[in-house]
Amino acid sequence: MILRRNLLGATAAAALIASAAPAFAQVEIQWWHAMTGANNDVVNRLADEFNASQRDYKVVASYKGSYPDTMNAGIAAFRAGNAPHIMQVFEVGTATMMAARGAIKPVADLMKEAGERFDPASYLPAVAGYYSTARGEMLSFPFNSSSTVMWYNKDAFKAAGLNPDAPPKTWPEVFEAAKKLKATATPNCGFSTAWVTWVNIEQFSVWHNIPIGTKSNGIDGFDTEFRINSPTHVRHFANLAELAKDKTYVYGGRTNTGEGTFTSGECPIMITSSGFYGNVKANAKFDWANAQMPYYPDVAGAPQNSTLGGASLWVMGGKNANEYKGVAKFFAFLSDTDRQARLHTESGYLPITTAAYEKVKASGFYNTNPYLETPLKSLTNKPPTENSKGLRFGNLVQIRDIWSEEIEAALQGTKTPQQAMDAAVSRGNASLRQFERTVTR
Amino acid sequence: MVERETLLGRVVPHVVLLVGVCIVAFPVYLALLASTYDAATVQNGQMSLLPGSQMLENYERIIFSGARATTREPVGTMLLNSFLMALIIALGKIAISLISAYAIVFFRFPFRMAAFWLIFVTLMLPVEVRIYPTYKIVADLGLLDTYTGLTLPLIASATATLLFRQFFMTVPEELVEASKIDGAGPVRFFKDTLLPLSITTMAALFVIQFIYGWNQYLWPLLITTRDNMQTIVIGIKKMIVTQDALTEWQLAMATAVLALLPPVLVVVLMQKLFVKGLVETEK
Amino acid sequence: MERRALFGGKVLPYSLLLPQFAIVVVFFYVPAVQAVWQSMLMQDAFGISTEFVWFENYTILAANPEYYRTMGTTAVFSVLVAFLSLSSGLLLAVMADKQIKGATIYKTMLIWPYAVAPAVAGVLWLFMFQPSLGMLAKALRSWGIDWNPLLNGNHAMILVVLAATWKQISYNFLFFLAGLAAIPKSVIEAAAIDGARPMRRFWTIVFPLLSPTAFFLLTVNIVYVFFDTFGIIDSVTSGGPAGNTTTMVYKVYADGKLGSDLGGSAAQSVVLMAIVIALTAVQFKFVERRVQY
Repeated sequence: MILRRNLLGATAAAALIASAAPAFAQVEIQWWHAMTGANNDVVNRLADEFNASQRDYKVVASYKGSYPDTMNAGIAAFRAGNAPHIMQVFEVGTATMMAARGAIKPVADLMKEAGERFDPASYLPAVAGYYSTARGEMLSFPFNSSSTVMWYNKDAFKAAGLNPDAPPKTWPEVFEAAKKLKATATPNCGFSTAWVTWVNIEQFSVWHNIPIGTKSNGIDGFDTEFRINSPTHVRHFANLAELAKDKTYVYGGRTNTGEGTFTSGECPIMITSSGFYGNVKANAKFDWANAQMPYYPDVAGAPQNSTLGGASLWVMGGKNANEYKGVAKFFAFLSDTDRQARLHTESGYLPITTAAYEKVKASGFYNTNPYLETPLKSLTNKPPTENSKGLRFGNLVQIRDIWSEEIEAALQGTKTPQQAMDAAVSRGNASLRQFERTVTR
Repeated sequence: MVERETLLGRVVPHVVLLVGVCIVAFPVYLALLASTYDAATVQNGQMSLLPGSQMLENYERIIFSGARATTREPVGTMLLNSFLMALIIALGKIAISLISAYAIVFFRFPFRMAAFWLIFVTLMLPVEVRIYPTYKIVADLGLLDTYTGLTLPLIASATATLLFRQFFMTVPEELVEASKIDGAGPVRFFKDTLLPLSITTMAALFVIQFIYGWNQYLWPLLITTRDNMQTIVIGIKKMIVTQDALTEWQLAMATAVLALLPPVLVVVLMQKLFVKGLVETEK
Repeated sequence: MERRALFGGKVLPYSLLLPQFAIVVVFFYVPAVQAVWQSMLMQDAFGISTEFVWFENYTILAANPEYYRTMGTTAVFSVLVAFLSLSSGLLLAVMADKQIKGATIYKTMLIWPYAVAPAVAGVLWLFMFQPSLGMLAKALRSWGIDWNPLLNGNHAMILVVLAATWKQISYNFLFFLAGLAAIPKSVIEAAAIDGARPMRRFWTIVFPLLSPTAFFLLTVNIVYVFFDTFGIIDSVTSGGPAGNTTTMVYKVYADGKLGSDLGGSAAQSVVLMAIVIALTAVQFKFVERRVQY
């Protein structure tokens, strides 16, 4: 009984501590994020630095799990009337957030109302385009961005008699190199891809300037339909399925768990996120490099430009003016060019403003770290077209799973590539229609 | 045993048990192994079946400096939170299940079976299925980020009530008769007769529910927003599920090993009482 | 089954039930009713626009071939996991119950993995069998087995079944062990004197006496395979490849993820609850009548 009473006491005390307000009226700003590892440090340091720089506001950064976990928690919290002020949402969640007009506060409005300086034109066009409406109104604050690159093992290239300083540029060249590598240097794998739909559907389409869906990949309206069963798409998956039979192509899974086959030396070529950098640098015990994504040379206009991965910060609706002022101040603090430049060089994510990119370039950083510039070159390769500005499909998280299922069926050989991509389109469209129905009422 | 044991009869149990132990313990052994290697060896899948040389470094890092500060809270705070959560859940469940099972088994009153079913059916409704509505209720009650919010929704459970019911049904009716003859009412019977008999069953349930509480993941993740409310299981997942960042498997596994220690200790230290309690439930 | 010596009164039993009921109603029944209500709505993720659609979510579900496939997968998965974890738990318990050297050590060694969190268990199995860094995956491949759970649906199924079984063996072992210990040794010895062979002795005498334990474990295991394996599937295969390991509860989660199809997801959880309640009711009616207390 005594134990019970003490416990109750402890509970009550804990509840008291949790609800006790600080003595002075400091406005607390909740920031929910999904950053782990070194990037978690970066987030915490940003919050600490901002809190030290002024006394009126206090940013409290909370890790809420993976990207989907964080978004889930934010949605649940909003529905329960308890949303955080700032929520980090990954790029695939963009359409869902944008459609929720009452649930979010557009960043452009926020900055204007708070009187903070904010210039969408200062962002890299591929970045600003991704997070803006069709009318150019920026809705969320870009935070961490990455893009797709091809990582390759120079030692394996040498062993296979390939020139390690002239990596393959096109898909046919990649296939040839992979066959050679598999025959000589790496018997279990020729090449692999991680994030299968992001690399082979989303980035693939953008890089070839062919639509993923109608209406500028959904940016111009919710009544968009998928176009990923085009001959170019089907040909690509037919090639992958063919090469998967003898392990020239090794399927790396839906997320990044397959990336380990690159650092272990098993797969000599890995096409995945530029965010893989830190991992390669720490764990690859061989000479390595990266290059831009491959393309099919007979597709007109390829290569176009690549698009983003990563996440942006969304401001949730329903908070008071003073709180929004604090959020705006924090964003202004984050936008500072020096800070952006430092974030880029420390985290391995891309710089998101043109000024930060120029500044880092001028500092000579890329001479010693050329691999951090590769994704930037892809991202800014050409001015974005309506097929390469970005993509905005509702339910994209589910749709990616559907696509992955169909790609897996094609690679298993249970469906032909054409059947699989047709099914990917029709099942994807059904999910789009469901999304359209719930958001446009 | 009455008949004489053949050689085969003596060897077979050992072989079966050894194989069982190997299968059951291997994944945890592997976690222990992984916590003794450096990051690259683990990441590249080049571990051997013998421990590596980085054990001290790895454990020192997670205990004193954090996994490159992935976990901002020291392991100690997370362990304490997990411990408090598990303890409150275990004790709370035992308390409320004990009295409700008592009511169902020893009283005759209208809707007795309905009451049992109302509780029993909740077995079919794990936290995962009702998580969002439950979250909303907890938020409406203003219990987010509190130990109450963390534990109360998990305290109601059919398992404990079911087990107490099983146990109570084995209590000889003569005992009730005897105490009735002594003039004891239901309260005194409960206090003087039933409660002492139930000690071992409570111990068994304590172990089960302590582990249930300790191992919660989805609920604490949703309900807590402050780092100082974080539990150790969340801390581990936080090290493993990474976006772009490097998973420091060796440190995650070292934390997993540390996180295992308290519940394993509870199980091993209370094993005798625990098994005895279950035996009594089964009689 | 009915007890004769019971206490009367109404106030006391009801007030004893009150704390349990208060929590059960607030945190179980209210959310469950809300889930039923949600299953008749079509709503966006943030709950800003809502449309009441009666049973449309259910008719969409009924017309979805993927859903029937998921039911089949769940059946295969549940039967395999329940059978494997119950039978291996029973086998180990029977062996450990014998008077052999080191029985206590064996028991401890078999019991403690019970303390591993499901979230961590999934990670451990992924860690062993992940094609790129998994030690066992590498071993399998070096023996010439083309181990590839990322593309081979059977491999993926084997993997989640093993992981889910592994997590449950200790629990089942424990309860069977307790059940065996509760059987008076004199009963078994009497049978042995009658000349019954060990195997026959087990099935005709020991096993029937274990039936209450088996009944309890069957119920708990069904709930376990239906619901608690979610964490394992999520971390090991995410329901892939090509939906080969998507069970019903995983689909509830996957469809409701990020609030994308809350109505459909809620409809699925209602169906799921109905199935499990029906299964348990059947067990309770037919199995409990036959088990011997």
